[in-house]
Amino acid sequence: MAHVTDFRYSIVAREDYSDVTFMLEVCHPLMARAARPGQFVIVMSHADGERIPLTIADFDAEAGTVTLVIQAVGKTTKEMQRTCRVGAELYGIAGPMGIPSPLGHAKKVVCVGGGLGVAPVFPQARGFKEAGAYVIGVLGFRNRDLIFWEDKFRAVCDELILCTDDGSAGMKGFVSQGVLRAISDHADIEEVVAIGPPLMMKACADATRPFGIKTMVSLNPIMVDGTGMCGGCRVKIGDKVKFACVDGPDFDGHQVDFDDLLVRLRRYKEEERVALERFNEDCRMRTVPEGAKVVSDLPRARG
Amino acid sequence: MAKKRTIRSIPQERTPVRELDPVERATNFEEVNCGYDESEALLEAERCLFCPEPRCVQGCPVGIDIPTFIQKLGAKDYRGAYDTIANTNLLPAVCGRVCPQENQCEGVCIVGESLAPVAIGRLERFVGDRAIAEGWVNVPLVEPNGFRVGVVGSGPAGMACAADMAKAGCEVTVFEAFHQPGGVLRYGIPDFRLPNSVVDAEIENLKKLGVRFQCNTLVGRLFTIEQMIEELGFHAVFVGTGAGYPTMLGIPGDSLNGVLSANELLTRCNLMRARDFPNVDTPLPLGKHVAVVGAGNTAMDALRVCLRLGAEKVSCVYRRTRAEAPARAEEIHHAEQEGIEFHWLTNPVEVLGDDQGNVRGMRCVRMELAEPDASGRRRPVPVAGSEFDFEVDEVVYAIGTNANPIIGQTSSIRLNRWGYLEADADLATSLAGVFAGGDIVTGAATVIEAMGAGRKAAVGMKRYLGLPSEEDAAAETEFGIPGGRRNFARVRVA
Ligand SMILES: Cc1cc2nc3c(=O)[nH]c(=O)nc-3n(C[C@H](O)[C@H](O)[C@H](O)COP(=O)(O)OP(=O)(O)OC[C@H]3O[C@@H](n4cnc5c(N)ncnc54)[C@H](O)[C@@H]3O)c2cc1C
Ligand SMILES: Cc1cc2nc3c(=O)[nH]c(=O)nc-3n(C[C@H](O)[C@H](O)[C@H](O)COP(=O)(O)OP(=O)(O)OC[C@H]3O[C@@H](n4cnc5c(N)ncnc54)[C@H](O)[C@@H]3O)c2cc1C
Ligand code: SF4
Ligand code: FES
Repeated sequence: MAHVTDFRYSIVAREDYSDVTFMLEVCHPLMARAARPGQFVIVMSHADGERIPLTIADFDAEAGTVTLVIQAVGKTTKEMQRTCRVGAELYGIAGPMGIPSPLGHAKKVVCVGGGLGVAPVFPQARGFKEAGAYVIGVLGFRNRDLIFWEDKFRAVCDELILCTDDGSAGMKGFVSQGVLRAISDHADIEEVVAIGPPLMMKACADATRPFGIKTMVSLNPIMVDGTGMCGGCRVKIGDKVKFACVDGPDFDGHQVDFDDLLVRLRRYKEEERVALERFNEDCRMRTVPEGAKVVSDLPRARG
Repeated sequence: MAKKRTIRSIPQERTPVRELDPVERATNFEEVNCGYDESEALLEAERCLFCPEPRCVQGCPVGIDIPTFIQKLGAKDYRGAYDTIANTNLLPAVCGRVCPQENQCEGVCIVGESLAPVAIGRLERFVGDRAIAEGWVNVPLVEPNGFRVGVVGSGPAGMACAADMAKAGCEVTVFEAFHQPGGVLRYGIPDFRLPNSVVDAEIENLKKLGVRFQCNTLVGRLFTIEQMIEELGFHAVFVGTGAGYPTMLGIPGDSLNGVLSANELLTRCNLMRARDFPNVDTPLPLGKHVAVVGAGNTAMDALRVCLRLGAEKVSCVYRRTRAEAPARAEEIHHAEQEGIEFHWLTNPVEVLGDDQGNVRGMRCVRMELAEPDASGRRRPVPVAGSEFDFEVDEVVYAIGTNANPIIGQTSSIRLNRWGYLEADADLATSLAGVFAGGDIVTGAATVIEAMGAGRKAAVGMKRYLGLPSEEDAAAETEFGIPGGRRNFARVRVA
């Protein structure tokens, strides 16, 4: 029974993909067994921390680990970038949360990941591949230096379309243009899955709408509990209100009210600014330049 | 013993309880009601008539032997008083604070017919606090029986079931989705009504009984109820996951920034300690003028939390009148004292927003009460043409909750048509070995009812596991064999 009741949430591996994106592998055998594509966790890095949702970007039942890929955008994620080293423990990680993505019987699918959505779309791409589908991956990065997991995706995709904003790798342009290219190459695409910032998902949904291709998106409203208890994560889907944490996070992109989501994501802008400023101030006050140390502490990139 | 008490001989006035000054307390989270000290408790205990057929006991959802505990209290046998209460109520310090006594024991107390009823709740709290201060727990000497019991949810229902099963000798693990145990007692009810230290003490007591708590565990998703029985080695499971899923009003403007559920507000404030932002990371910005819709306990808590977080004006908006308000009388009274504005017979029809998507006001309509309907309740109906706007920048909905869908989504337990778990008279669900109780079965109710349900399910669970149970022993005999000594043959798996 020890495995049920002695959870320690240790970080067993870390890799930095750029100065804003990093990957953590957390030891949690039960979760590694339970996780399905499309699900997420709520992480608390320390006792005074916020509960933040992060997608399970990969899971390995045999190794007993789940993988998170995090973009350092604000106080909590930047702090995690500094403190979450191999051997450290998270204060809490709960999940897997949300309804697993329904990986239907589509024979040809496009899996789109942009920005912080690249890693989260991986389990779905792999899931579709395992279900026997022809998988076209479309990944978007700002420039070639930010690219990661290209190999992982190549291993599960039949085709991979890389897009960069500046054209430094792959095609120049946004992922929605990549989606359009896939559609023009293949008349028989049955489903598109798009994960990333709301504007990107909106653009993808708009791109597929004229073709009537089913388009699933994974919504990322601000959350607290992740168990359906607070309603903070409510989103508008058609004329209905849904709680993304228990009714989603995947929804039909053609039904989602993205403008509503964008407004709601701005709710704590001022507080986020205050928290980040204080955090930066705090970092400056420290005598040891820890920011520099993190890099040298990094485990070597794994083969 | 002294001569028989009569309604004339007892102290006529209810012993008042000290409370923090309304102006001062509205700026902090200190407990408002200071509770009785020893001499006050002894004085109030003199007011009980020790009725031969005490109505208070019937009024109590779990049937605490009230006159006996008051008698022992009066004789300064505090330990005895505690044991009497603890026979049926696991959480006296909690229930003494949060039970709606005016609808229960105190509502039917004989003394209440001519004078103010005996302050049973305050006496119960006195005993409960004494027990915490002295570290009393009744840890029975029982042989571990090898049975493993899993409890899902650490609210009052789960805590009660866990305690009883631990006392019966089972190895009990409580699984909680949040990072801290306690359920609504932790995340919902604020410190000024129920200090966290009281909840901590009750959890500690359970640990002394050998109960283990495993937080950060979302049952259903991390493992299912079925897996608990089939793979994880639990012989029986209790589900007490509470009533999550807050209701939104469903009016235009519901999704504006500045509209939130009371659950979110209270969770941010109590569990995540947003009141200390930015020393903690979870924010909870409030506007100048907050309106809370609803008038139950949740609404009162939300109102008073907003006041303490620094809102300049806090208004309660409720479509019925004060008389129908479901909150405990004491809470409404305290809220009024603290300067909450009450708008009775008022119903929101729209939340108004600015061009940034933030709340700027609320459009309401006046209501009047129609003739009582079949259920006897007077239904509020809108007064035509009475719409009016008022300026608010934060709107909190405290209008109830629906069933949390997670257990339904992930197990084959039969649900009723509202999505709550179906349970029989023993609180057994449709899955063998799985029991359920509390808000997830009844819909949002009270702490004492949830606790009672947890204990009742424990009786059913013991019977299922073939464990002797005092309750059964006391109950009827079957074929002349006392219930508790019936010979249960149960094949142990695992
Ligand atoms: C279901 C779900 C899955 C997610 N998966 C991932 C993931 O795999 N990797 C990852 O890096 N992030 C993910 N996010 C977003 C992540 O939770 C937020 O970036 C994080 O909470 C920001 O916290 P912070 O304190 O660092 O930044 P804050 O100070 O809170 O915010 C900084 C900036 O990030 C934006 N932001 C805040 N919350 C969110 C949010 N929920 N979604 C999008 N932007 C937000 C703010 O608007 C602000 O501009 C996910 C969110 C959800 C709801
Ligand atoms: C703000 C507020 C004020 C109240 N005031 C009063 C009052 O003054 N007096 C009174 O008598 N009653 C009051 N109540 C009602 C009372 O608190 C509830 O009826 C009671 O707590 C229900 O107990 P429970 O054990 O059924 O569930 P809860 O207390 O809701 O506990 C359920 C627990 O289960 C956890 N959980 C849920 N799903 C899962 C899962 N899948 N896996 C693991 N864990 C899970 C939850 O996180 C939670 O901690 C109030 C309620 C609220 C919200
Ligand atoms: S009804 Fe009132 S007076 Fe009678 S036993 Fe109960 S508390 Fe005492
Ligand atoms: S995060 Fe609280 S209900 Fe979804």
